[in-house]
Amino acid sequence: MATSFSATLPLHGSQENRLLLPPIRLAPPPSSFLGFTRSLTIPSSRRLYHAHAARRSPVVGVQEVVKEKKVTNSLVCILITKEEGLVLYEDMILGRSFEDMCAQMYYRGKMFGFVHLYNGQEAVSTGFIKLLTQSDSVVSTYRDHVHALSKGVSARAVMSELFGKVTGCCRGQGGSMHMFSKEHNMLGGFAFIGEGIPVATGAAFTSKYKREVLKQDCEDVTVAFFGDGTCNNGQFYECLNMAALYKLPIIFVVENNLWAIGMSHLRSTSDPEIWKKGPAFGMPGVHVDGMDVLKVREVAKEAVTRARRGEGPTLVECETYRFRGHSLADPDELRDAAEKAKYAARDPITALKKYLVENKLASEGELKTIEKKIDELVEEAVEFADASPQPGRSQLLENVFADPKGFGIGPDGRYRCEDPKFTQGTAQV
Amino acid sequence: MSAIIHGAGAATALTTFHSKKLVARSRTNLPGRSKRCIVASGSDDGSKSFGSSSSLSLRHSHKLIPNNAVATKVDTSATTGHELLLFEALQEGLEEEMDRDPHVCVMGEDVGHYGGSYKVTKGLADKFGDLRVLDTPICENAFTGMGIGAAMTGLRPVIEGMNMGFLLLAFNQISNNCGMLHYTSGGQFTIPVVIRGPGGVGRQLGAEHSQRLESYFQSIPGIQMVACSTPYNAKGLMKAAIRSENPVILFEHVLLYNLKEKIPDEEYICNLEEAEMVRPGEHITILTYSRMRYHVMQAAKILVNKGYDPEVIDIRSLKPFDLYTIGNSVKKTHRVLIVEECMRTGGIGASLTAAINENFHDYLDAPVMCLSSQDVPTPYAGTLEEWTVVQPAQIVTAVEQLCQ
Repeated sequence: MATSFSATLPLHGSQENRLLLPPIRLAPPPSSFLGFTRSLTIPSSRRLYHAHAARRSPVVGVQEVVKEKKVTNSLVCILITKEEGLVLYEDMILGRSFEDMCAQMYYRGKMFGFVHLYNGQEAVSTGFIKLLTQSDSVVSTYRDHVHALSKGVSARAVMSELFGKVTGCCRGQGGSMHMFSKEHNMLGGFAFIGEGIPVATGAAFTSKYKREVLKQDCEDVTVAFFGDGTCNNGQFYECLNMAALYKLPIIFVVENNLWAIGMSHLRSTSDPEIWKKGPAFGMPGVHVDGMDVLKVREVAKEAVTRARRGEGPTLVECETYRFRGHSLADPDELRDAAEKAKYAARDPITALKKYLVENKLASEGELKTIEKKIDELVEEAVEFADASPQPGRSQLLENVFADPKGFGIGPDGRYRCEDPKFTQGTAQV
Repeated sequence: MSAIIHGAGAATALTTFHSKKLVARSRTNLPGRSKRCIVASGSDDGSKSFGSSSSLSLRHSHKLIPNNAVATKVDTSATTGHELLLFEALQEGLEEEMDRDPHVCVMGEDVGHYGGSYKVTKGLADKFGDLRVLDTPICENAFTGMGIGAAMTGLRPVIEGMNMGFLLLAFNQISNNCGMLHYTSGGQFTIPVVIRGPGGVGRQLGAEHSQRLESYFQSIPGIQMVACSTPYNAKGLMKAAIRSENPVILFEHVLLYNLKEKIPDEEYICNLEEAEMVRPGEHITILTYSRMRYHVMQAAKILVNKGYDPEVIDIRSLKPFDLYTIGNSVKKTHRVLIVEECMRTGGIGASLTAAINENFHDYLDAPVMCLSSQDVPTPYAGTLEEWTVVQPAQIVTAVEQLCQ
């Protein structure tokens, strides 16, 4: 399957590996801001046959790559250090445990509404977000719990938010689909698909503005996560255009899990290869195995470095899969059991565990310790959320306006926000 | 420009009161609001004297002056001030704010090199550069969302819709993100955007370019809406909107861009939540905004000749309504006529009628009458177009009817 966008991945230099990830050449570097033109040469030699066919698994898993290397090289090329490996493992375990706990809590009646779980897709979140700094921004969709956790929002804050408690990251006002954190630059959490992509484009615009107008040292990048269904939405294309046009430091990450509730990607998209839509707008389009955290991380490194250097946006399509239904209300009857089994066998956590153990980066015991630690963390988060108070009536009218004068002037001549009932949440507005 | 004076002294000078108590204004305890009295030159058109103290005006005239705008139209015989057209006033306000704060930027179609399709951003791209005055591609939803994302991360964008009607394409972003993100993020992110553009019925522009979007946006929680109608309040509202931490939608009108007026040289801003007293009167309260203000004033001339004394208030703040100014007027005159360009169904007038009935029912001697545009897509033909919009003759008839 075509793609991958740079040959400079350090560990893929051997002949054999080049077959797996054929490099493409990028056009030469940046030109001026306004209306530049450049040609991008992408080899179009490989066209994958897609129509009505079941999806192939064109990119091999980490295990095979490692095996290849062991066979061809006497030295084993390891993609990560032990510390990095443990960080990645812990983050993915946190995502998985947290989401499993959410399911439990939902069925016990502790959280309500639409809850969309991320099981199976952890490699994408961990692969990208663990490369970011605190001042980089992440924008997500309604499937945002794990993005928030990876970005650094505490499990307690997310769980409390899900329970609708005042200690939640959004004071209980946002809920499952609106995880925001100013401290960690998690810019949400959006309920409508595609809605967050322009917001991410705006955050990237601010980075560029800070650098070029305010003359500050700003290397912040923005990563926008969204799904395959969103790639048929106008906002996606409008933002690809603007991001490429203004060379914004943004990475568009498509979490292609093949399904938009019950609509298969192949049934709703004329050309299902989403990565191809990048070059159409003048940015590299990359396809990567989203069940393999190390592969995702390598691609992410390149994309983030590009963005920080001011070379503009990248579109990354991650082939991934959600093990659960679209949301906890989805009976998930439409998807083929064989398909689910195939992807379950490619569980990213199991794959990473195997990699770490086989390459002697960590022992089973160390990994078990991490798992236990995370279990306790998640349990503690639930206890914390349970014990937290629910929002009081006084919170109803707060935060509607940043400046509450926006509620206007009442008949008595005073601003409504000066009315004592306002802070009690019972004022007439 | 006349001043309004704070305190009971001025109040008694105005008129005879209704027997019910008039509550005195007591806004001094609101943090951040400076002295309300404001100022400038002494005399107005001579019909009313407010007994102003000239020492007060001297003291305040050099400071930044929030205008609580109970003012009549600018006295062109005043010595200070400069004359300009409404679009130039908007440009002046925008330029001053961009000079003052480097985080203020503009984005929209043709705002940069073209100078804005109504010349509001003329010359700004040359002065501030292509990134601060951003020419966007034609993608309202995306660039409005981009402005919102930029606002969340520290900038203060002014987003222009080339025609307000185009912002229908940005409705997703305006409603879901602009209005709601401050709340759904638990107050963590502010969205200090200004969304502005011309709307209203022009000269045979056709149905789609003649829309009044204020009625569609009014239900969105979390936004403020203001409509400018004179060069003075255009500049003042533009500046206030940019400085506000809330998202503000500033409605301009296609036919008002060439209005000329003399405005003060010194810096001033208008209060976003306040209404403007255009012509104090006794017999009837006429509430209006934007272009209809001028139709009302034309009708007022005729009415005055016929012996009526209408009080005309430009409500300016479409969301929220300034129920204090409006209420005081209703309590004085007991009759209300709303004249607007919005559609009859679900328009600003409809909401205002409901608000007045709810809050001031006891003070009314007659039902609130609302003159709005017909619920008709604005036709191209000049004659038909004229009949969809409220004309001065209809206003005169309505006043005569109400005042029987």
